[in-house]
Amino acid sequence: MIRIKNLFKIYEMGEDKVYALDDLSLVIHQGEFTSIVGPSGSGKSTLMNIIGCLDTPTSGEYFLAGEEVSKLSDNRLSEIRNEKIGFVFQKFNLLPKLSALENVELPLVYLGVSAKERKRRAEEALNSVGLLSRMKHMPTQMSGGQQQRVAIARALVTDPQIILADEPTGNLDSKTGEEVLKILQELNKKGRTVILITHDSHVAKSANRTVEIMDGKIHEHEGAVK
Amino acid sequence: MKFTQGIKMALSSIRSNKMRSILTMLGIIIGILSVIVLVGIGQGTTKNIQSQIEGLGTNLITVNIRSYRNKPITDDEITQLKSGGFIKEIAPIVSSSSTVKAGTKSESYSVEGSVPAYEEIRNVSIDTGRFISENDITNRYKVAVIGTDIADTIFGTRDVIGKTIQINRNNFTVIGLLKSAGSSSSGSNDEKVIIPISTAERLFKTTRISTFYIEAASSDNVTNAYNQLNTFLYQKFGSTDDYNVFNQTDLLSTVSTTTNTLTMMLGGIASISLLVGGIGIMNIMLVSVTERTREIGIRKAIGAKRRNILIQFLIESVVLSVLGGIIGILLGFLVANIVSKFTSIAVSISPTVVLLSFSFAMAVGIIFGMYPANKASKLKPIDALRYE
Repeated sequence: MIRIKNLFKIYEMGEDKVYALDDLSLVIHQGEFTSIVGPSGSGKSTLMNIIGCLDTPTSGEYFLAGEEVSKLSDNRLSEIRNEKIGFVFQKFNLLPKLSALENVELPLVYLGVSAKERKRRAEEALNSVGLLSRMKHMPTQMSGGQQQRVAIARALVTDPQIILADEPTGNLDSKTGEEVLKILQELNKKGRTVILITHDSHVAKSANRTVEIMDGKIHEHEGAVK
Repeated sequence: MKFTQGIKMALSSIRSNKMRSILTMLGIIIGILSVIVLVGIGQGTTKNIQSQIEGLGTNLITVNIRSYRNKPITDDEITQLKSGGFIKEIAPIVSSSSTVKAGTKSESYSVEGSVPAYEEIRNVSIDTGRFISENDITNRYKVAVIGTDIADTIFGTRDVIGKTIQINRNNFTVIGLLKSAGSSSSGSNDEKVIIPISTAERLFKTTRISTFYIEAASSDNVTNAYNQLNTFLYQKFGSTDDYNVFNQTDLLSTVSTTTNTLTMMLGGIASISLLVGGIGIMNIMLVSVTERTREIGIRKAIGAKRRNILIQFLIESVVLSVLGGIIGILLGFLVANIVSKFTSIAVSISPTVVLLSFSFAMAVGIIFGMYPANKASKLKPIDALRYE
């Protein structure tokens, strides 16, 4: 599913070169629930941005579902983000002026789905996270846990192969955090590849496989499933 | 992403920032309003002056013959001149100052012998009775059409039809009374006696026709008719000293140039305020792009392409300017109505100006929206997402 080979991401800070990713290689198979753990500054956010096609590496190869994506155009990357990746962010990143339903519909707008079909699919996605009754609510009228579930519904609505969750529990209390993790586990059970990025090793335990990252390198592999 | 979806998005974004949107639109509203009203005033004034001049007869050309060393102008030549297409009617005039008498009252007036076409060419109209007919000319009837001042002076009444007047001691029957036309720079139009040209030739013992009134086929043809007449007269007399051709187009074109310059100047001043309105839109859109950096990041992360973001912001600025334009046009009509109702200034709003200012508003939205929209579309998703 994901194959990363000899990946470098180098930031130039005046004279200095900062190796955010330093010769990193990683393979994630389809259907895996992988967590990427590391302290802040370890390069996990950089890795997540590259995996999510939000950023491009300085050098190295990145195959996503068989396609070399590290050198694609802006437009193609937008399409990949739209169709193949569902993002779940720490800060939910819902558009505050749109209702829950409209937020979930948004990826479908960019996919070019008709209004009627959009509504049907968005309602289905909201239903799957148990928020169909709140679809008319604005993000500000919902709790953090509910907002994050709307964000998950938005990530699911284009039926992507990969769910990329960046500290999804970071802004939630432990109980609602557990709920969100449970939803991610269920999604994985239904066959979706889930990648969870966190600094919290406790949260990381909900995954089947944990990859630790430190100073831009994969530090430790443990418990690879199969 | 469909276009209607883009408009919906833009409208909801404009609605969510009502106060700011209204203030931004205000620039465009005032710009369009002033374009409509000022250009309307300019065009209204132009029309007013033009119609005043046209009332004097812009299609009118006067030919005066000073010398008769050669043969007089014949009927055949007149027919030939008219066949050119530029000239509609030609009325020869035989005129003389004569004593007009009725009962005991007598007065000296200008008596003009002419043809039925005179009525149309000189734009005179009959109040009561009728004008001179071809039949009157053929039979050399002693009939006269008189102006209201003459009726008042000689008869002391306007009930003059069928009464007798004496012109140079010849009895004439009054067959028509001219409508009062007031006076112009060439004197009163109401002190006229018009008789059949054949009768006049006999009365004044002359066949020399010294004046021709010529009506051009239309105001566009005045110059052509003018040139045709000059050519013809030069060929006939061989010297420009023997005749004189005069038309009112020169005056009209001078006035038109002046008023058009005035209109353009007014429009230009108004356009500057429209330009300022456009800069206002650009300013607000730039602020909006900065404020919504995070939104742009989110949209890009979930699949918006550069084009989608560009169009979203561009539609927003165009919707702002077009809404402002529509409101400006409506207010323009309102203000124009108020101005023409309560002042003596004529305001004339032409569809061209409305259409032009509307397109101008739209163009302002596109031009001044392009830079902010482009800036928004170029944002990298990670940078935009990181923005607090």
